[in-house]
This record gives sequence, structure tokens and C-alpha cells, in this order.
Amino acid sequence: MIVESLVFYMLAAVLLASAVMVISARNPVHSVLFLIFAFFVAAGLFVLLGAEFLAMTLVIVYVGAVAVLFMFVVMMLDVTAAELRRGVSRYLPLGAMIGLALLAELVMVMSRWGKPVALAKPDSPIPPVDQVTNAHAIGHVLYTQYVYLFQAAGVVLLIAMIGAIVLTLRGHSSTRRQNISDQVNRKTEDVVALRQVKTGEGI
Amino acid sequence: MADIITYLWPLIWILLGVVAIIVPVLLGVAYLTYYERKVMSAMQRRQGPALVGPFGLLQPIADGLKLLGKEWIIPSGANPVVFIFAPFLTFFLSLVAWAVIPFSAKLVLADINVGLLYLYAISSLGVYGLIMSGWASNSRYAFLGGLRSAAQMVSYEVSMGLIMVSVLLCVGSFNLSKIIDAQRTVWFAVPLFPMFITYFISILAETNRHPFDLPEGESEIVAGFFTEYSSMNFACFMLGEYANMIMMSGVACILFLGGWLPPFNFWIFAPYVQMVPGPIWFGIKIAALLFVFIWARATLPRYRYDQLMRLGWKVFLPLTLFWLILTASVLEIFGWLPKTGL
Amino acid sequence: MAFIDRWARALLLGEIACGMASTLRAMFKPKVTINYPHEKGPLSPRFRGEHALRRYPSGEERCIACKLCEAVCPAMAITIEVAPRESDGSRRTTRYDLDMTKCIFCGLCQEACPVDAIVEGPNFEYSTETREELYYNKEKLLANGDRWEARIAANLAEVAPYR
Repeated sequence: MIVESLVFYMLAAVLLASAVMVISARNPVHSVLFLIFAFFVAAGLFVLLGAEFLAMTLVIVYVGAVAVLFMFVVMMLDVTAAELRRGVSRYLPLGAMIGLALLAELVMVMSRWGKPVALAKPDSPIPPVDQVTNAHAIGHVLYTQYVYLFQAAGVVLLIAMIGAIVLTLRGHSSTRRQNISDQVNRKTEDVVALRQVKTGEGI
Repeated sequence: MADIITYLWPLIWILLGVVAIIVPVLLGVAYLTYYERKVMSAMQRRQGPALVGPFGLLQPIADGLKLLGKEWIIPSGANPVVFIFAPFLTFFLSLVAWAVIPFSAKLVLADINVGLLYLYAISSLGVYGLIMSGWASNSRYAFLGGLRSAAQMVSYEVSMGLIMVSVLLCVGSFNLSKIIDAQRTVWFAVPLFPMFITYFISILAETNRHPFDLPEGESEIVAGFFTEYSSMNFACFMLGEYANMIMMSGVACILFLGGWLPPFNFWIFAPYVQMVPGPIWFGIKIAALLFVFIWARATLPRYRYDQLMRLGWKVFLPLTLFWLILTASVLEIFGWLPKTGL
Repeated sequence: MAFIDRWARALLLGEIACGMASTLRAMFKPKVTINYPHEKGPLSPRFRGEHALRRYPSGEERCIACKLCEAVCPAMAITIEVAPRESDGSRRTTRYDLDMTKCIFCGLCQEACPVDAIVEGPNFEYSTETREELYYNKEKLLANGDRWEARIAANLAEVAPYR
């Protein structure tokens, strides 16, 4: 147990430190890199909990796809920290409110530390970790009990995706696009004609 | 104190296992460069390396020593920490993935339940080495190379994931050993043949190999993301790329070619093929796939960037989605879905 | 029908398979390159390589300092100075410098020479580490001549009927 708690505190400390670095780093690209590192360490914490499926999904989805796009945007936009700080005074009240709400929630959670938790459903649908693998357990819950919610979430994401495409796609009817199958299927006999041209006459 | 010791013993064993995997992998990487040069030269009717040692066998070692002796250059406008870190990240990731690869029924460092997801996660992390080097070099060529590789790898990962899912449907587990066990009767390359081909083309794109080597397309952007690299940094990138090639071929073997299972395991051949140990069959299969990697490099011209994206999103994605649904339907209709878990 | 045919060909990667088969066939054909430092390709007797100043069989140098080569040299790579030789008063060069970094290997010096003294020999492996080593003087050129005389003489004899 000592080693496990040691690893936990190490990971937690690194996670907090990199989270702090995300908001305090001067270079936005460094911020994104620290964010990625934080995701990664969070995945480590999941592994420590025995939730390896969640850990891998976190790495694949957030680190492998979402953060790459963040990185893209930040690298391309060339934003500087000073520019980002310009609106601080305007957004400070709202930010402070959200922060306070989060703090209150944390305090409420912490005040219940160590006390037994009354589960809403004593016969938890998730079987113990040692009987089935993570993936089975999550899949079993996701595709039976919460299947409609799960599908609805999928539809929401699909709509968001289609919306983004519709907003950015401007059909330029004047642009000539390459049609690869047309090019490949063009036959010599359809487009090339060999003629015997008589001298001085032309075609 | 006893607690610490119970943790230390396995740790030592694991470290020994790591060394036992890394040393052959690095040797494999060194000789993959030799293999590539020899096969390419044969296809182009040239001699290839033949001077250093018998048949040029010491050439990779000479190349490595030469790179070690080179000057370590960091461009003045570069971000030194990220610049130096990036190639080591690439190298590190290409080695870390080997932890879950089973070499035979018992020979595997970490037989984890989510082995395939782990491999997928590691390969999706691979893009960071390239994108970071592209950004940190402070060079237009490197930056363009980094962006290209990032877009390319993210695009092809989608269809790779769908192909993995169609294999998973037939197995019912993320565990790589179980995936291999499920192929005892027939390798998945037979029933899922189109997926095998699509997967192979996707790993060509994923490892930035010809004909998808746009991130390092030398005719357009010098050397892409490693334009500014030299010496050990450059060597790390090269080692990482080649180790990644071997690793990806290994994954393709596990998913479609039955990993360490012997081929022709039937009729009169069975006793003979079973005499050869599993790791050797695995190595032979990897070498065969790597041959196709090199063969494609010697044959095919480079794709244009928009064609590459079109192939990924408009051809492979619908194709793999269609095949995934087909696989699921066939398994469901004939009642062949694997019975696992709950 | 043509539509199905096209799609089948595209999906089965017909053209890529064709190309791959062609490279695979090339793999088993004989190699066209040679293992250079150990094997060398054939050289024409008219090959224009490193320069040499020849001697007569008696050991007397052929060059009579007529300066025709210096005059004809389009790259102005040759510099010659003349004085009568002290022993017998014959017209000889005191200096015959050839700047190999300027030379374009046109062979005009060889054509111009009335006594076949300056020739371009069959040697093409004379790369050096410094430029200075490529500024040839008379001793170097005569030494070249002594070293390559057998092959130069054979080559000249071979092409003589066509000159």
C-alpha cells in the first residue's frame, strides 16, 4: 500500500503542478504542452484506480485528438500572453463567481470525507473489478441502462459536427475541383484522335 | 520494509524484461535500415551497401557511429527544451509500445486487458514528437512538416480505429494474447481481407512512409520536421521512425496474421511448423510485412496532400465503416459473436 | 458492365499491384552497377583523364616548348616558360604548370602537341584533399608520364590509325 500511495501522491502533485503551469506559462504552446501532460498524468491516476479502459480512452480522445487540434490552433494563431490578459478586468467577476461555486462544491465534498456514502442504488449495476474487465462493465451499463442517453449524446455531437461544417463550408461553384475517378477512367480513344493531315490544308 | 521488497522483486524482473525487449528491437532497427537499403537496391538493380564488413553487414553500425560523432546543432531561434525533447519523445514512444506485444504464449512483458487500446493510445501520441519538433525548430519547412504529419496521423487513426473495432468484434477482448488465440482456426487476414489491406495502407500513412511521406517530402519541404536536426537528435528520430515501423508491422501481424501462431498449421505440415518457436514465426511475419513497406517505397510515387486527405476521409472511412457494419451483421446473423464477460 | 469493371479494378488496387509486380521482377534481374573501387568499368583508349608529360624511350623529354598547348587551351590552364637548356642549348621548358582546377578536359592540348608530349592519360582517380595539390608542375607531370607510359603508349597506338 505504501508504494501505491507514494505513486498516487507523486502523480497528484505532478498533475496539480502541470495544471498550474497551464494557466501560468507565458508561452501558449507551453500551456498546451502542460495541458497534455496533465491529461497524461490524469490517465495515470485512472490506471492506479484500476480503470484502465478510462485511462486509455482519455489518452486516445483527449491527448491523441482534442489536444492536437488545440495545439494546431495555438501554433497557427501566434497568440501572445499579453493579448490574452487584455480582457481580464472585464471577465474577472464572472470568472470569480464560477471559481467560488467550484470552491463551494469542493468544500461540500471534502466535508463528507471519510464518512460512508449512501449510494442511490445499493445494487450498483457495475460488477466488481476482479470479475469482469473495465470495458465489459462500462459497455454493459452504457448499452443497457443508459443506451438512449448514450445515443442522444452521439446525436448531439453529430449535429454539432454537421453545424460546424455547414457554417464553414462555402460552396464556390467557380472553383474547379479535381475528379480523380473521371481522370482515371478517361480512355485514350475518347479524347485523342489521330488524323492524317495533308500538307497545306490543315484540319 | 517487507512491503518494499515485495515490490522490488517484480520491478527487477520487469527491468530485465525491458532490456530483453529493447536490445533486440534496437538491433532490429539497425538492421531494418540495412534491409531497406539492400531490398531497395535490388529492386533498382543496384549493389547497395557492400563495403563495410561482409556484404556490408556492419554498415548500420558505421552509420550510427558516424551520427554520434556529428556536431549537435540547435538553431538560434529554436526553443531548446522542446527541440531536444521532441526526438527523445518519438524514440521513447516507439519503444514503450513493445511492452504489451506478445512474442509467444507466455513471453509478454505486460499482458494487460486493454492491450490494443494501449497500442492505439501510444500510436496517437506519436504525433506529438513530430508536431513539437516542427514548432520548436523555428523553421518554415519543419513547421509545415509538423502540421502535415499531425493532420495526416489524426486522419488515418480514425480508419485504423474502425478496423481495430471490426477485429475486436470477432474476438471480444482488447487483450492481444486473446486476439492471437482467436486466430487458431483461421487468421483474420482471410475473413477480413479488405480490412487487412486497408489497415496496411493506413499504417504506411501512420508511420509517414512512402507513398504517404509528405511530412518529410524532400522535394517540397527539404526534410520536413527534422530539417533542423543533426547528430544524436536526428539519430533518435530515425530510430523512433524505424522502431515504429517494426512495431506497427507487429501490430498488423497480431491483428490479422495470427501473431506468433505458425502458418500451415494443418495436415502433414503441422508437426514441422510447430517445431519452430513462436517468436521466430512472429519475426518472420514482421519481416515479410516490412518487406512490403520497402517494396511500396521502391514502387510508388508520393501522394499529393489533398489526395492523401481524400483517401483517408472519403475512401477509407466509408469503406471501414461499411465493413464494420457488415462484420457486425454477419456475426450477429450467424450467431458467431464471441461469448465473453457478463 | 464497364462501371463494375472499373470499380472492381479500383478496389482491388489493380494498377498498384501491376507496379509492385514490376519492381518485384526487377529484383531478380542482374544488377547493372559495379562494385566500384574493386571493379571498374571499361575505359575507351581515347579517355581524357589526368594529364601527363611523356618522354622518349631514351629518357629525353618530348616537350619542345612550342607553347601550342598553352595557346590552344580554352581554359588557360597551362603556363609555360622557355629557356635554352644549359647542357646542349636545345629549346626546353623551364616551367610547365597545369592548373587542374581550371582544366575542362577538352583534350585540345593533346591534339595540338606536335610531339605527343602532353597527353591525357587513363587515370581518373587523382582527387586530393587540398586545391594546392591540383596545381601540377613539370615534375609532377613528368612523373605521371613515367608512371602511366605503358598504358598511354598502348592507347595512342590503338587510336593512331584513326587520327
